[in-house]
Amino acid sequence: MNIAAATNENLAEISNYLIYSAMAVYTLAFVAYIAEWVFGSRSKVARTAAALSGRSSEAEANGATGAAPLKVRAGGATSVLERPEVVVRSSAGRRGDLPDGPGAAAGDEQGDLYGRIAVSLTILAFLLHAGGVLTRSLSVQRAPWGNMYEFSTAFSMVAVAGYLGFLVAKKNVRWIGLPLVTTVLLDLGLAVTVLYTESEQLVPALHSYWLWIHVSLAIVCGALFYLGFVATILYLFRDRYETKLLDGGAPGSFATSVLERLPSSASLDKFAYRINAAVFPFWTFTIVAGAIWAGDAWGRYWGWDPKEVWSFITWVAYACYLHARATAGWKGRKAAYLALLAFACFLFNYYGVNIIFNGKHSYAGVG
Amino acid sequence: MRTTDTATDTASASKDATGTADGADGSAEESRLTREAESQLSTAPGEDKLNVPSMSVLGWARWFWRQLTSMRVALILLFLLSLAAIPGSVIPQSNVDSVKVEEFQQKHDVLAPVYDKLQLFDVYTSVWFSAIYILLFISLAGCIVPRTWQFVGQMRARPPRAPRRLDRMPVYTTWRTDAAPDEVLGSAVKLLRKRRFRVHRDGEAVASEKGYLREAGNLVFHIALIVLLLAFAAGQLWKSEGGKLIIQGDGFSNTLTQYDDFKSGSLFSADDLDSFGFSLDGFHATYDESGPEKGTARTFRADVSYWQGADGKEKKGSIRVNHPLEVGESKVFLNGNGYAPVVSVKDGKGRTAYRGPVAFLPQDGNLTSSGVVKVTDYQNAQGRRDQLGFQGFFVPTFGGSGSGSMFSRSPALQYPVLFLTAYHGDLGLDYGAAQSVYQLDTERMKQFKAEGGKPLAKKILPGESMKLPDGGGSLKFEGVRKWAQFQVVHQIGNGWALGGALTAIAGLAGSLFIQRRRLWVRAVPGPDGTTVVEMAGLGRSESARLPDELGDLALILHAGAPSARAESDPETESDPETESRPEAEGEPVTENGQPAPAAPRPTTEPSPDDGAEASPRGERQ
Ligand code: HEM
Repeated sequence: MNIAAATNENLAEISNYLIYSAMAVYTLAFVAYIAEWVFGSRSKVARTAAALSGRSSEAEANGATGAAPLKVRAGGATSVLERPEVVVRSSAGRRGDLPDGPGAAAGDEQGDLYGRIAVSLTILAFLLHAGGVLTRSLSVQRAPWGNMYEFSTAFSMVAVAGYLGFLVAKKNVRWIGLPLVTTVLLDLGLAVTVLYTESEQLVPALHSYWLWIHVSLAIVCGALFYLGFVATILYLFRDRYETKLLDGGAPGSFATSVLERLPSSASLDKFAYRINAAVFPFWTFTIVAGAIWAGDAWGRYWGWDPKEVWSFITWVAYACYLHARATAGWKGRKAAYLALLAFACFLFNYYGVNIIFNGKHSYAGVG
Repeated sequence: MRTTDTATDTASASKDATGTADGADGSAEESRLTREAESQLSTAPGEDKLNVPSMSVLGWARWFWRQLTSMRVALILLFLLSLAAIPGSVIPQSNVDSVKVEEFQQKHDVLAPVYDKLQLFDVYTSVWFSAIYILLFISLAGCIVPRTWQFVGQMRARPPRAPRRLDRMPVYTTWRTDAAPDEVLGSAVKLLRKRRFRVHRDGEAVASEKGYLREAGNLVFHIALIVLLLAFAAGQLWKSEGGKLIIQGDGFSNTLTQYDDFKSGSLFSADDLDSFGFSLDGFHATYDESGPEKGTARTFRADVSYWQGADGKEKKGSIRVNHPLEVGESKVFLNGNGYAPVVSVKDGKGRTAYRGPVAFLPQDGNLTSSGVVKVTDYQNAQGRRDQLGFQGFFVPTFGGSGSGSMFSRSPALQYPVLFLTAYHGDLGLDYGAAQSVYQLDTERMKQFKAEGGKPLAKKILPGESMKLPDGGGSLKFEGVRKWAQFQVVHQIGNGWALGGALTAIAGLAGSLFIQRRRLWVRAVPGPDGTTVVEMAGLGRSESARLPDELGDLALILHAGAPSARAESDPETESDPETESRPEAEGEPVTENGQPAPAAPRPTTEPSPDDGAEASPRGERQ
């Protein structure tokens, strides 16, 4: 018994070291991402402006535009010319034809190198981070999300996993890297200082396999919603920038340099929508799972406990967002504001409710 | 490719695509065909402008109904619903924690009456909260019924015929082949059927549609929401919930009078209570014995014998946290536990005036507990009738008596100590309001004094006694039993609520992950004797998957009907656009109906981008 306890305390300590190491490596990744953006600013691509001015000379936009006809992919050995090619035309008018930006490095070789370094460092940091979460779990011999410290570390781990997953799936998401790593650092910093709790066991009410289902889903949903949130914010900036260009304005050089390198507003919007829409059913299930658990633990599946209220508000806010996109006059920026609001509700449900209110869910053990 | 995923977008896309054909060729047949192609891929209600209705009552009613069931109002109501839920998380709610509400009312004597008026202590049953969700669900029902009919209609109808200008569809491909048109169309029908499209061949073209599950999923989702709400409402209205503290060895039968406290919904009647009962045979708790959280509870288990029905046989069962006992439609939850010291009180005559366990209520996590012993049938040494009240603390593991009162070091029973003071006089049981059994009303009582004139107070261990002065008898601490607090909940509609919720999720998944799309294949003889094959797709939203799917299908069809002759030089390839549609002209139209300035028209020097838009050849490298 005592040996086991000692091992557990050792494990908890190892977990802490791993989290600190992960933070150090994330910091390096952060610097590398910054370097990528800085070096990328040397190249002067203004493809949006070029696309708008009607000059269609940018051969360098190769492959970066969404309007490119998709080549039909096939393993056949016959010549490409013999195959029919699929033409995709956008229906979103002029705005829909704007090309995506080239990414943070903007084709700058050194910038790209730093970008690659940043991604490699992110991977390394993620492994350390995951190791930290795993050893924490082993040390308490349960799911590693019993209090806010554990929830926070798991949350940012999943967000990074989502980002790396998109990269592995060859999605154009490197632009998320910098904002993501920044918030991961903030989140971990907050976790190890304010939210830190010794590794400990759970009160009996939390002993349930629903802990695995309900809480892990909540973490995954939150982390993915977060990626959608970042995309939505960038969409709003990029959209303003494009509108300005369309109206013949001249955005500032910093805005131009940064926003030019992001995907087009249409792509960002679509990315955010896809994530939010895909996560919404899972978020719904998270709430249902929580209700089932509450039914078993507390004798009622829904009791308007603050946590439940805010999950409900978050859910309705995301439903609002989805509805807004189907309602004329609400798509675009207004829907994006709703998405931001919905994520704010999610965050509040996590931090605000745990710290401010004192409901049945107050097991969080904030020090 | 890059637009928002909405029905209206698609509608404008297809308007964009087909309206031009109208302009070029105004034949009635043609416009009918195009309208069919663009007939909505969704059943979402159209957007009415806020037109002022005609002045008749019926006109107003219709206008009101139209507004209520519009997407805009649904959105506003949803938004209001989330706003309205907020106060309930900030202000204490009487159905969640009535003690807190009372505290709040005492602290804020200005605000509290206002809050009360506004029903802010009962947000979720308030008139205004109910108004919002009832409106929302009327809106929902009013929205679903016509949408369902529309959807059934769409399911019965054939997939809309191919629009004349297929190259104006969002996804398009074409090639020329030596295979006969009939042959191409035949294999297209077979292929699409195999891919489970609904297929209809109509002369020179094949029309097909797939992904109806999207619409079905969306309808199912919204209907399931109604089911969920009804089940929830029924659950609340007929709900009953009562608490009962049972000392080890005692029993309970499920009747109103037996509960310590009881709450019920407005339509509940006492007949709704299930007939059952149980007794607490034993209670087991384990605690951390070492480590930083020594004393934290690990497990709780109540062993019970229960019976059900009029002459039910007794069965054994156990109730744990997260594992309620289900009897009939009721569930019995384990909510709390504590200790009940067993005491016996002898009066001045040496008679046993009271004997039994008395539940003490926990004050902290280590089960430092407080309680009272009330003795109504007591005579003092002189034989005068009187009443006794003992008040004090019980600790399962004595940890010293810090700042005056005792505290417990662990919730486990290791070093039990009882600490009591005693009163005599009138317990006040006969006056009006019911009295808590856990509190002593000392207003009409006098505290016993010890020798020095100090109040009598004594710390006793099991087996020890506390003597009252002047031969007034004694209280003996005989032992300790455990008690457990149970909550008996009867709620109907749980199954429906769960079913509704899971169906809603399934519907949602269908509605969000499935793409509804139409594909057309046309094969006509070209002027050079070969067959011109065209394929086009239209999705509800412009998904990246649609081009992939079309490309995939095109490849398969192409394998059966390969490109005619070896056209090794793409520059010499004749333009199928002009060939198949010599009349092709007209401006593409943007969303707001303006002609798009960057018209993707074949120009003498086609740029890569414009070429991608206008020409199916895609002259990019
Ligand atoms: C309890 C309230 C409601 C909730 C939580 C809710 C939720 C949702 C969600 C999550 C979607 C997204 C599915 C998608 O994007 O395809 C959706 C779609 C839709 N909802 Fe609701 N809804 C509610 C009430 C209503 C009402 C009252 C109406 C009728 C006016 C309505 C009409 C629609 C329509 C037409 C769609 C499909 C939009 C489209 O085709 O893109 N909903 N709803």
